[in-house]
Amino acid sequence: MTMTDWLLADSPSSRLQASLGNGYRMLRMLMRNPLTVIGALILLALILAAMFAPWIAPHSPLGQNLGQRLLPPSAEHWMGTDELGRDIFSRVIYGARITLLIVALVAVISAPLGLLIGAISGYFGGWVDKVMMGITDVFLSMPKLILALAFVAALGPGIENAIIAIAITSWPAYARIARAETLTFRNSEFISAMRLLGASHTRIIVGHVLPLCTSSMIVRVTLDMAGIILTAAGLGFLGLGAQPPLPEWGAMISRGRAFILDQWWVATMPGFAIIIVSLGFCLLGDGLRDVLDPKQGGKS
Amino acid sequence: MSTTLSSHALRRSAGALGGFAVVTLLTFLGLMAITFFIGRVVPIDPVLSVVGDRATQEQYDAARVAMGLDRPLVVQFFSYVGDVFRGDLGLSVSTNRPVAEDLARVFPATLEMATIGILIGVGMGVPLGVWAAARQGTWVDQLIRVFALLGYSVPAFWLGLVGLVIFYAGLGWVAGPGRVDIFYEGLVPSRTGLMLVDSALAGDWEVFWNALDHLILPATILGFFSLAYIARMTRSFMLDQLGQEYITTARVKGVSEWRVIWAHGFRPIRVPLITVIGLSYAALLEGSVMIETVFSWPGIGNYLTVALLNADMNAVLGATLVIGAVFILINKLSDVLYRILDPRSR
Repeated sequence: MTMTDWLLADSPSSRLQASLGNGYRMLRMLMRNPLTVIGALILLALILAAMFAPWIAPHSPLGQNLGQRLLPPSAEHWMGTDELGRDIFSRVIYGARITLLIVALVAVISAPLGLLIGAISGYFGGWVDKVMMGITDVFLSMPKLILALAFVAALGPGIENAIIAIAITSWPAYARIARAETLTFRNSEFISAMRLLGASHTRIIVGHVLPLCTSSMIVRVTLDMAGIILTAAGLGFLGLGAQPPLPEWGAMISRGRAFILDQWWVATMPGFAIIIVSLGFCLLGDGLRDVLDPKQGGKS
Repeated sequence: MSTTLSSHALRRSAGALGGFAVVTLLTFLGLMAITFFIGRVVPIDPVLSVVGDRATQEQYDAARVAMGLDRPLVVQFFSYVGDVFRGDLGLSVSTNRPVAEDLARVFPATLEMATIGILIGVGMGVPLGVWAAARQGTWVDQLIRVFALLGYSVPAFWLGLVGLVIFYAGLGWVAGPGRVDIFYEGLVPSRTGLMLVDSALAGDWEVFWNALDHLILPATILGFFSLAYIARMTRSFMLDQLGQEYITTARVKGVSEWRVIWAHGFRPIRVPLITVIGLSYAALLEGSVMIETVFSWPGIGNYLTVALLNADMNAVLGATLVIGAVFILINKLSDVLYRILDPRSR
């Protein structure tokens, strides 16, 4: 029996085999779509760039060399140099760390928060649901970018505050999804069976409701990543996100603005990094939706 | 028969409007609660900024009472809400004028850009979406898909900079940043605040063309982002319709493909499209913040970013409140319009 046969067995003999087999099937479905593979590769490249930045980057991201200011792209400096003689390619590579940090932290803060609020709201129903969803709807109908700007203005510029501001404005969409998902099975028999067995509400929500919401949540979070990256870059561009000398892509574009007409590469290059990474998340999210959440996919 | 039907429709519209008013009002209150909260978490002490740091404890306390900061938070909130409804948004530290006055002055510029932007977005996005659905799976469809994806992944401010480099500095097709060339400034009397309308009213076509020259690039870039979303949604609505049996029937009867698509397929999706267009119009007002910064466009977005950098909190919160209110209003309005127009709820 080969490995594949074992993974695809119709009657798995253990829980491990069943879940591994399930994962393998999904992976095969994901791999069938070339665009999804491209998206996954872009994301992989981002993670590798962030992990091995000191080995990949040919120069230091912060080391200034005023003798080599504003050089155009060449074999020595692939993306040219900026106004302080720093190698732009190296800074873009190190910038992957900041971007990854921002998207990871925003996802880690806002997705569980939205998930919990939505699941509790849908599970209990009644006035709990009304109040919580009322608040969620108020947040949902706010302009997210403006709200994030106002929060950062109040908290003060900086990468931590940018992350907090983006997280505060992105949980409501997740709460809505988790609630809708919870409603579809809150009256089903396995929940009633759990209640009869005397399981507490906490146990039912944490152990049984939340896991069932995760797949649609993963899809949504992946699709939202592009927006989060753009917002973070926008905050950086306005000088409210990561502060100099951190090589944040949005802030790099902002500094290159002064030289845009004569030294176009300073502002343009980091923009390509933003586009490629955002595109990667979009493509991966589209593919994940087709596999994990077929109800939503297919149409658009 | 027809009178009962129309009175029924009227009652339904009234019900929808009533619900709309309540929900919108509650959302406005929520918005004000958020801006109020943001105003409180600012690490700057508002009393200290008035009396200065050499004030004695007594002076400090007196100023605190005079500013009403000793009252319970709930009371402070409702007095804030009262101020907002009276149009009092406080004084801007950087311009030394009432924030409400400043906002009224800069808002038309944003409105003008967003309106031209949405016209471009709808004018191109809807036909492109229909086209993609009619030619599903072909290169047209793929191209529009890529276009739509780019709309989700290109930073607006970056596209603005690249647009300036290519079309202004490189090709010289359009005018640069700002609303009009400096020597046209103040030539036409400001009646509506919309440069195109004002210059047309004054009959000064030189100013009109110059203003259009300045407007076209930022508005097109702004429109591109709504185009991406509108085309994608139009395509998906259209595909739903084209898969229906009545379309097959029409085709079997020998109706021309053009009529099948526009007269049969497109007609039912006009109502859901209204919601999509409303949402993107609201999103454009928000998106103009980034574009205005790049193009030095004297609108509300530029005002907001300048205030942000000066830590001018009254101006920041005022601008947030106004953009938020317009955003909510358009959102809810397209919602209620959908409910009134949708024939299924009749």
